[in-house]
Amino acid sequence: MRVALFVTCLVDTLFPEVGKATVRVLESAGVRVEFPREQTCCGQMHLNAGSRDVARTLAERFVRVFDGYDAIVAPSGSCAGHVRAHVPEFVDGGDRGVPERVFELSQFLVDELGVTETGSSFTGLLTYHPACHSLRMLRVGSAPLRLLERVPGTELVELPDAETCCGFGGMFAVKNADVSSAMLDEKLENVLATGANAVCACDSSCLMHVGGGLRRRGSSVSAVHLAEVLAP
Amino acid sequence: MSDASRTAPPLAFPEAARRAVANAQVRANVRLAQNAIRAKRASVVGELRDWEALRDAGAAIKRDALARLDELLAQLETSVHDAGGQVHWARDANEANAVVVGLVQQTGAREVVKVKSLLTDEIGLNVALADAGIEALETDLAELICQLADERPSHLLVPAIHKNRREIRDLFRERLGRPDLADEPGELAEAARAHLRAAFLRAGVGISGANFAVAETGTVCVVESEGNGRMCTSLPQTLITVMGIEKTIPAWQDLEVFLQLLPRSATGERMNPYTSLWTGVFPGDGPQEFHLVLVDAGRTRALADPVGRDALRCIRCAACIHVCPVYRQVGGHAYHSVYAGPIGAILQPQLSGERGQPGSLPFASSLCGACGDVCPVRIDIPRLLVHERERVNAAQSARRETVPLQAIGRAFASPKRYERAQRLARALQRLVVSDGWFVRFPGPLAGWGRSRDLPAVPRETFREWWRRERGA
Repeated sequence: MRVALFVTCLVDTLFPEVGKATVRVLESAGVRVEFPREQTCCGQMHLNAGSRDVARTLAERFVRVFDGYDAIVAPSGSCAGHVRAHVPEFVDGGDRGVPERVFELSQFLVDELGVTETGSSFTGLLTYHPACHSLRMLRVGSAPLRLLERVPGTELVELPDAETCCGFGGMFAVKNADVSSAMLDEKLENVLATGANAVCACDSSCLMHVGGGLRRRGSSVSAVHLAEVLAP
Repeated sequence: MSDASRTAPPLAFPEAARRAVANAQVRANVRLAQNAIRAKRASVVGELRDWEALRDAGAAIKRDALARLDELLAQLETSVHDAGGQVHWARDANEANAVVVGLVQQTGAREVVKVKSLLTDEIGLNVALADAGIEALETDLAELICQLADERPSHLLVPAIHKNRREIRDLFRERLGRPDLADEPGELAEAARAHLRAAFLRAGVGISGANFAVAETGTVCVVESEGNGRMCTSLPQTLITVMGIEKTIPAWQDLEVFLQLLPRSATGERMNPYTSLWTGVFPGDGPQEFHLVLVDAGRTRALADPVGRDALRCIRCAACIHVCPVYRQVGGHAYHSVYAGPIGAILQPQLSGERGQPGSLPFASSLCGACGDVCPVRIDIPRLLVHERERVNAAQSARRETVPLQAIGRAFASPKRYERAQRLARALQRLVVSDGWFVRFPGPLAGWGRSRDLPAVPRETFREWWRRERGA
């Protein structure tokens, strides 16, 4: 099986450690990871901002770059969700089956490989935020939790009102900064109420938002990507 | 409803929202109300095994009705006429208001009682009636509260969701002349009841909207919780129903679907408390004169848009509003529209035709998808939001804003330019970064920096690491 890492532009540029952790997790599951160097961005940000023409160009590129792989794995439910939900309509039947071979990391491990243990360990209380697009666009279901609950040393504590958006929303966080910040405040109240040492999610974008908010408030709670908890 | 905010140019959403977020009382009220309604809805929807099939049916009936609306409207007109009613057509708000004012004037009435109706808010009917010297009394309790406070409703179903009972007590003390009132719900409701009952008994004209109109039978259906609507539709001699043309459904049997979907989605009730249905006039019982005013006001324009038209399926249940995390923080007034929340953000620009200016409503969403998941007629609200964003961007006035995105898009279309952009970001950030974090937030980053820190582009991107570690 040829497996490509779709690292996403955000992880590539701002969170390389998440990308490296993803490689370690996949390799520990016996996967030989390839990194197609031509990859850039899936175009989700452009579609959501109302720039359909740019989104189409990037979607067509995505299909060209990742054609030929049996599975394309991303450390992001949001980008994987975009490719699955929106790319097919752009490339109009010419998607060569690429979008349906795109998986978010936990989805690939649990649903495709049947892996629920990665040989990592983590010490402390962890709460999980099911990022909106993993939850409602990609519908990864319980896969992340099934992985997390098997990480030795981890105690999972439920996040109140977990399914409510953290307020990131791409350009929304900048264009509607006040509402976005108010949404973040409520999310952080809930995170802090759990007493967890860390909040975990499948998306670096949401974590950039939640983590940025925690750091601004001087909190010692960290925002960690699923791959970082799972990486041996 | 003569308040100035109706006529002043609306603030763009981000600015209106900034002011709304600052009002801690409204936020607290909205959060509490949202939590309560959310939980109730989830529980009564969860107990129906065929809920998803009902949603399919609701969507299919509406899709079909909209696809042959021309034919159904003609059928509705005939059915209403055959049942002893009269039908009037209005292209826009002005025409609709003129028709209603004319009809009221023919009866000689100086006062009308109203059933809660979003359409009459949309077209500004109360202002038009007031201009003609006719007083319109809102009889829905929450609408009455808003009317007495000279405020706009802030929610489709729960118009006074932004007010708590202490605020309502103060309002009633002042406006209903009851200085002795306590903030007990029973006492407040009784004060409103006494005030309204007198009006029901003296009113000659009732005005309603419509939740559904059945083309096959000419039956109009109004769904409400208090019974005040039924007083308006049964006591006065003349009844005038003003409805948007998209509320037409083909057959009587279709009601079985919507009367299950609507109350569960809207208020979390299994069955709606007061469902009034009437067909024309019945000699000796109820209103002896019935007028149905069919209003377009942007509906046919929306219908011509193959993507946007799905918004016309809306049955005004507000389920999307109850789950919306944006609405949760700002309440309804920030939308400056009768239709607030996610549905408002896709309906208002289409109905008003104001796609370019202010053009901010379609961006008032984080696209979290919660709205689309609960919509009982399966409107893909996130998709329609994105579609409306495209329309805004296409307008000349907004082109400038999309330039940076277009530039990023061009850069991302080639790995070489993409890597160059990464290196450029790393070089430029030196001016504003310290110890791996931004310390200043220039230009477009200003909004981010207000409440969040931001990590800097690290010394090595993932792809640089891969190249170093793994080669090509």
